[in-house]
Amino acid sequence: MAVTERIPASKLIQRIPGGGVFLTTSENIFKWGKASSLWPMTFGLACCAIEMIATGASRFDIDRFGAGVFRASPRQCDVMIIAGTICVKMNDCIQRLYAQMPEPKYVIAMGNCAISGGIFYYDTYSVTKGTDSLGIPVDVFIPGCPPRPENLLFGLMKLQEKIRNEKDADK
Amino acid sequence: MNTSQTKDICTEEFLINMGPQHPSTHGVLSLELKLDGEMIRDCTAHIGYLHRSMEKLAENRTYTQFIPYTDRLDYVASMNNNMGYVMAVEKLLNLEISDRAKYIRVIAAELNRIASHLIAIGTFAQDLGAFATPLFYCFREREKIIDIFDQICGNRLTYNYMRIGGVQFDLPKGIDEKIKKFIKYMRSKVDDYDWLLTYNTIFLARSKHIGLLPKDLAINYSVSGPNLRASGVKWDLRKDEPYLVYEKLEFDIPVGENGDSWDRYKVRLEEIRQSLKIVEQALGALPEGDPTVKIGRIHKPSPSEIYLRTENPRGELGFFIISDGSAYPYRLKIRSPSFSNLAVLPELVKGLKIADIVCILGSLDILMGETDR
Amino acid sequence: MRTNEIFMAIKTDFPEVRQEEETGAVIIPKESLLKITRYLKNHRLAFDNLHCITAIDRTGRVELAYTLYSISEHHGITLKIYLTAGEENVASLAELWKSANWLEREVYDLFGVIFLNHPDLRRILNPYDWKGHPLRKSYSHPEVSIKPRL
Repeated sequence: MAVTERIPASKLIQRIPGGGVFLTTSENIFKWGKASSLWPMTFGLACCAIEMIATGASRFDIDRFGAGVFRASPRQCDVMIIAGTICVKMNDCIQRLYAQMPEPKYVIAMGNCAISGGIFYYDTYSVTKGTDSLGIPVDVFIPGCPPRPENLLFGLMKLQEKIRNEKDADK
Repeated sequence: MNTSQTKDICTEEFLINMGPQHPSTHGVLSLELKLDGEMIRDCTAHIGYLHRSMEKLAENRTYTQFIPYTDRLDYVASMNNNMGYVMAVEKLLNLEISDRAKYIRVIAAELNRIASHLIAIGTFAQDLGAFATPLFYCFREREKIIDIFDQICGNRLTYNYMRIGGVQFDLPKGIDEKIKKFIKYMRSKVDDYDWLLTYNTIFLARSKHIGLLPKDLAINYSVSGPNLRASGVKWDLRKDEPYLVYEKLEFDIPVGENGDSWDRYKVRLEEIRQSLKIVEQALGALPEGDPTVKIGRIHKPSPSEIYLRTENPRGELGFFIISDGSAYPYRLKIRSPSFSNLAVLPELVKGLKIADIVCILGSLDILMGETDR
Repeated sequence: MRTNEIFMAIKTDFPEVRQEEETGAVIIPKESLLKITRYLKNHRLAFDNLHCITAIDRTGRVELAYTLYSISEHHGITLKIYLTAGEENVASLAELWKSANWLEREVYDLFGVIFLNHPDLRRILNPYDWKGHPLRKSYSHPEVSIKPRL
């Protein structure tokens, strides 16, 4: 979940005639900047990771959406794309990585396994049934097994729309 | 700093954890390294971060229901996994399949071998520092193969194409033209990769004489696939224990000399050339007929067991299936090549630097979906 | 060499072995595991490759199956050991074939069979503090949902 930045001295600016318009426009510019340069974290766990790499490659090109810079360190990322099955041994790592990401941060659950456990829902003792059950809030769910790169791009566009329509902090 | 001063510096070993989330471990693998400066004194691999309990799950799925799960073992070479499993069940049932189905299986398996080796080469070059160019080239070629598979069976990654008794659909019209065009295109691209990477100074400096795997150690560790062939052992199940129609096709087995990372890369590049040759021959010899399955979907083999191994791009995949007469297997054990290939890693990295681990891991080409099942 | 010929070659030196009828596997008593496997490795049969170790949980016993291949001689054999319930321990083959190290750890993790003199016997696929051995038929876990059968 993200917190919209407060413009410094926003209460003062609102008292000036025309100040309200200036504040809304600035917040919109910040949101546009946030949405257009989301840096994902390389968090491919299983099969969906290959489709994520294919999305980053030249045919589908996630870079034209501003999200082409895949960083390995969570400290440098905005969005964690959980691509693949989450196993019990990995739970701790995911929670720690999520906690290490700086605000504002977003999570995309890519693939059926990240949404609910997928085909590994039944009869498995070592699979976590979805990212939600770890307590991590998810912004966009992308179903598919694996989702095509076009699906991932659509999910990314949905996330960008969500960021652009975020409520401002003081409303 | 001159040497007389360095004698007074005392260093101590420290423990560092590499993974499970790391830009270059191929999948979720955790390596515990005991370091002295940048030299590795000891390395312990921790796996199991992608353990999806497929063997337990198999006991509650019918033989046909388990086929999609085999896709997700070695998710880059789904056709080969499907084929290995389906051949094991067919042997258990003593089922014969049509000739056309055999040739189609060989074509699909070899195209998928090319796709898998492309990923291996692309990610290996990326790990060594050639940041995106080889990877993007390899993925561009892989997209062409995936388009062919998309037309054949409808999926891009997890095909679920093979069935017990044949394949799911016949090849669509016009696909052989597309495959011939691809073979011609790919031959020139493989020469491009050779020219770009193989004798590049930096590539040679990073990968030659790194991670030397001697022949007897490789056999003792049950390493298989291109890793074994790079160490000088001329062993390939397609030639030594042929299955399907491989004995009717002519191809060579590339073998390396020293068993270092460069040899493993070179063997994979040559295997792409040989696979193109196989696909061309199989396409030319494709018989008429109906490769789809005519028997039902619920199979009840008599109580017996079977162990069948096939040559996957990463090594020898084995399926040990025990049936008790019901429609559900009593026990299904998957012998994955990456599990045995990874076990040799701690022996290869002693005395090398951290950057060399990345190189060796890339050249061993392991996949955690298969290692952990 | 074919399976029957290999079995006859082993039986001449080790009369305590017998052959399983349906599958052709060679059943050996647990105590002779090390000497028979040493013989198979160093003898002209030259089994240099331990390909797979599996366990099967039958009622009243656990069967261990070792699949061995020879690269030089182009043949293979499956050895089986029947372990009675309560005595699930057997000698480790890690000193003969290094591939046995991880394969035995996996069998220990999933079935609970103890391998004596193993260099590092701990869980490999499940977390180190996992309770129970999941691939046993008697294993149950409260969070597992069972898929209804057809």
